[in-house]
Amino acid sequence: MDGRRLDELRPLKLEVGILDKADGSAYIEHGKNKILAAVYGPREAHPKHIALADRAVVRCRYHMAPFSTDERKSPAPSRRELELSKVIRESLEPAVMSEYFPRATIDLFIEVLQADAGTRCAGITAASLALADAGIPMRELVAACAAGKIDGKVVLDLSDIEDKQGDADLPVAYMPKSNVIGLLQMDGSLTEDEFKQALDLATDACRRIYDMQREALRQKYHVARDETETEVAEVHA
Amino acid sequence: MSATHQLSPVAKLEQKAVHDLIVKGKRLDERGPLDYRSITIMMGTVEKANGSAYVYLGKTKVLAGVKIQTGTPFEDTPNEGILTVNAEFVPMASPTFEAGPPDEDSIELARVVDRGIRESKAIDLKKLCVQPGKKVFVVFVDLYILDHDGNLIDAAGMAALGALISAKMREFDVKDGEVTYKDKTMPLPILDYPVPITSVKIDGSIVLDPCLEEEQVTSCRLTVTTGKDDRICAMQKGGLGVFTPDEIKKIVSTAISKSRDLRQRVLSKVN
Repeated sequence: MDGRRLDELRPLKLEVGILDKADGSAYIEHGKNKILAAVYGPREAHPKHIALADRAVVRCRYHMAPFSTDERKSPAPSRRELELSKVIRESLEPAVMSEYFPRATIDLFIEVLQADAGTRCAGITAASLALADAGIPMRELVAACAAGKIDGKVVLDLSDIEDKQGDADLPVAYMPKSNVIGLLQMDGSLTEDEFKQALDLATDACRRIYDMQREALRQKYHVARDETETEVAEVHA
Repeated sequence: MSATHQLSPVAKLEQKAVHDLIVKGKRLDERGPLDYRSITIMMGTVEKANGSAYVYLGKTKVLAGVKIQTGTPFEDTPNEGILTVNAEFVPMASPTFEAGPPDEDSIELARVVDRGIRESKAIDLKKLCVQPGKKVFVVFVDLYILDHDGNLIDAAGMAALGALISAKMREFDVKDGEVTYKDKTMPLPILDYPVPITSVKIDGSIVLDPCLEEEQVTSCRLTVTTGKDDRICAMQKGGLGVFTPDEIKKIVSTAISKSRDLRQRVLSKVN
């Protein structure tokens, strides 16, 4: 609808380490989405009784700013935001080596400053970078992207206007190296074949986003590369 | 904030027994991997509700009630009635349930069932408009989880569908924006019959309809909701594990064929 090919992503910009106080942070612009992600931790579990003996507790809060949407959104967390916090955590936690930090918490915050369809996916892409930026050991970076259906065609990465008149939306979070999916949701109407096509489209796009994520980390850390090159490569490989 | 749950020590001991069975292709109650537990559906058990359905899925028990009242439509859909789905994890249903505001599990359950009904366009919401922009009918679906022995989503989805197709509302006339009811009743305008099918992954094996013990050893689940024409209308992955794309494609085709059977079972309860 905006002149893109059916399998073309909206323009994507990633920045790593842009907040001062957070242990790790990242910013993503994906289409008109503008989203900040920050990580605190591993840090001491508080309250203490939530601590797990064999691994860190991963906590996640996905939240939309009141001014991020066409109509003002109440700042109180909606049912949608609570559900998304859960599925986003479940997409990232498999990548985090939480077993290295028993009794600690890793807290993940995602703030949507401007929403333009696909906020959960853009949030996951950014949060994964924020985790890496915090130096938390991960099995792999997580990339996320949605496919959908509009005017009878299976397409990649619907924008807000497209999403409102689209026939289906299929957000996917994917780890390309391990070839596994940590988030999958769908609403709308798809046949089995259309679904398979959409799933392949989304995982392909995730591979491209994954390369951009690696590049964003490289940008941030290339200055100190001489001393830390090997370390960084190990952590983010 | 959304956070990881802790598993009880007993569950951890049970894990091994259940796990060892599943990898051998067996299950605790000797079902096959793709078999559902016995399903009993009773329609209209709560007379004061417009519609209700009590579903037994093995030992899991869910009661769904439908209430229909008038309300104000949403601004972006002035000509359509409203669907709201809410889930109550009643504290008597499980030692792990606590009274209080809905937690993320109950919100997720309600939203997954809601998406199935909404996206399959199961209710013809346009027929529930009284006065455009001013007054419409609101269909409240309340899901009562009374006994938790696993696979709450499928049990709740069947209960919601049963309650909706058994629901009766008074026939009405509209005069100057006021509703006058007649003595006759009519069913809700139902267009589709969405059924959720949940598959779980236990150490690489896929099983359907997990009981609670099985659920506690699963790494992840995938719910696929399909309508009467085999189209997929909603999906939700849950849990800390991951699926490969091939596993997902296989689960989807199993779910599509399984849903035909379950849909028939719910529909056979309608007189």
